[in-house]
Amino acid sequence: MKEIVVISGKGGTGKTSLAASMAVLAGRAVVADCDVDAADLHLVLDPQIREKEDFSGGKGARILSGKCSGCGKCYELCRFDAVFKNEGHPPYLIDPVACEGCGVCSHFCPEKAVEFVPVVNGQLFVSETRYGPMVHARLGIAEENSGKLVSLVRGRAKTIAEKENFPYIITDGPPGIGCPVIASITGADAVLIVTEPTVSGEHDMERVADLAAYFKIPAFLCINKYDLNPGISRDIETKARDRGICVVGKVRYDRAVTDAQLERIPVVLFEGGVAVAGDITEAWNSLIKHLSQ
Amino acid sequence: MTAGLTVAVASGKGGTGKTTVSANLACVAAEAGKKVCYVDCDVEEPNGHLFLKPGLERRRKVYVPVPSVDVEKCTACGACRDICQYSAIAAIGSEVITFEKMCHGCGGCRLVCPSGAITERGREVGAVEEGRAGRVAFVQGRLNVGEAMSPPLIKAVRSSVPENSLAVVDAPPGTSCPVITAVRGADFVILVTEPTPFGINDLGLAIDMVKELGIPHAVVVNRSVPGNSLAEDFCGQRGVRILAEIPDDRRVAEAYSRGELAYSAVPAFREYFEDLLTSVEKEARR
Ligand code: SF4
Ligand code: SF4
Ligand code: SF4
Ligand code: SF4
Repeated sequence: MKEIVVISGKGGTGKTSLAASMAVLAGRAVVADCDVDAADLHLVLDPQIREKEDFSGGKGARILSGKCSGCGKCYELCRFDAVFKNEGHPPYLIDPVACEGCGVCSHFCPEKAVEFVPVVNGQLFVSETRYGPMVHARLGIAEENSGKLVSLVRGRAKTIAEKENFPYIITDGPPGIGCPVIASITGADAVLIVTEPTVSGEHDMERVADLAAYFKIPAFLCINKYDLNPGISRDIETKARDRGICVVGKVRYDRAVTDAQLERIPVVLFEGGVAVAGDITEAWNSLIKHLSQ
Repeated sequence: MTAGLTVAVASGKGGTGKTTVSANLACVAAEAGKKVCYVDCDVEEPNGHLFLKPGLERRRKVYVPVPSVDVEKCTACGACRDICQYSAIAAIGSEVITFEKMCHGCGGCRLVCPSGAITERGREVGAVEEGRAGRVAFVQGRLNVGEAMSPPLIKAVRSSVPENSLAVVDAPPGTSCPVITAVRGADFVILVTEPTPFGINDLGLAIDMVKELGIPHAVVVNRSVPGNSLAEDFCGQRGVRILAEIPDDRRVAEAYSRGELAYSAVPAFREYFEDLLTSVEKEARR
């Protein structure tokens, strides 16, 4: 079983559209949406939810008004500016959005006036799509610990793939290079970096390639909308080769990608998308060939 | 301009044109004689510098506090492990080990240690870089590769903005800790979206986020195409104002690919950003 994580560094490069199409091309695959902050894959794969569970990424603190003496210890110790003075009662309050859930205020409150309890900050879903099982999630608004939720999504996808003998897990990863991305790629078999020929795309591709190298994960590259700026596409190819990253494909700029999204189907199954579907299929076949070597 | 004003530019989905809007906005403001600072809080993938091409004058490393255990004083009591909510410090047998990358720097372990065995030292997570791009003051954060803790760096970037200026904050994508750290305390948030199902879905999440934070906000529709009313319909339903619609234009996309400002490539675009600046200032000072 191979776990392939599609990432991009920069957002909006077409990562999700490509991941959806690859889920179709893979034939038998478990699909995992690890972009838990702004999940979009469900919009094209139309999952029917089979299982749902609450996710708690940590604890949160709350001051109990009956017990607080107003000594200010919590205010003094909180390093995340989450405790603030209140005009009314209790004399101090905690901003749940700013609270990092470290528990320091609760531990050191002389009156035991700070309740410190697990908070539900997301949901995990196991679903069925026309193309196979899908694991996805929804992080609550303004919540933390997306990294933990990502690990949970990956873990569940892996369990399903192992139990039912799926040859692939196709994961749509989050943008950036921070906590949720690290949680999405560590220990994966390969990352497929989707970039676009813009100065930002090039810059961000290099940062995310550094990240993959840092965690020693084999990286492959796909240049999306390569004909938007052929010069920068060539630069990107050269930079990738210099880093030992194989360019598995180049996908043309095509309105059909957006049209397929508006129709809510993967572009490889979209009637008007034959040309771009050919590019994506070639990229997928090349990726698989390299992975089986 | 008298008092400072902080306008954050955010979007749930990446690649909708956050950097285009913030960089062009900062430039038209500077040309109008305002004291303006472009603040790149997308520290994982800072891109604004590619368009503004600033001269960087100062670089300051940013550190987060992590514990350092004095083995001579440690009695292996395990109290530090028990208070740590992030499994960043562990007691294995008679030895205490720390996992610095998981540490949030809360200081709990140092406070709880009964034998004074824990002190703190700084661990580098990235850097704040400052400079100027013509009349625009420029600040950006750059997270070190392999580093998960972006919020402390984003805070450091936000606190480096010169006083009494119009700060245009380019926020990271998403709806969780990094973007919240970037937009918290802003006077106004511009939510940039594009009229696609992904764009609209993520706009909905971004609206929920700014509502939760209680910050006044409005939408800018980028790459707007005639006949597509996805964004108008959605914003109508959610009761959120649209401040500007920037048309989809291949010339602008190509200028973007080369790292050029939209309105330097297509002068007609200047007006969109001038109007946007006027509306944002009016809305934000209400
Ligand atoms: S430490 Fe406890 S008693 Fe003191 S202000 Fe905070 S909640 Fe109230
Ligand atoms: S739990 Fe930690 S972050 Fe939250 S309010 Fe208490 S001290 Fe601050
Ligand atoms: S400072 Fe806080 S997060 Fe870091 S090791 Fe100590 S208790 Fe854990
Ligand atoms: S709390 Fe202090 S003495 Fe106890 S295990 Fe930790 S470092 Fe050692």
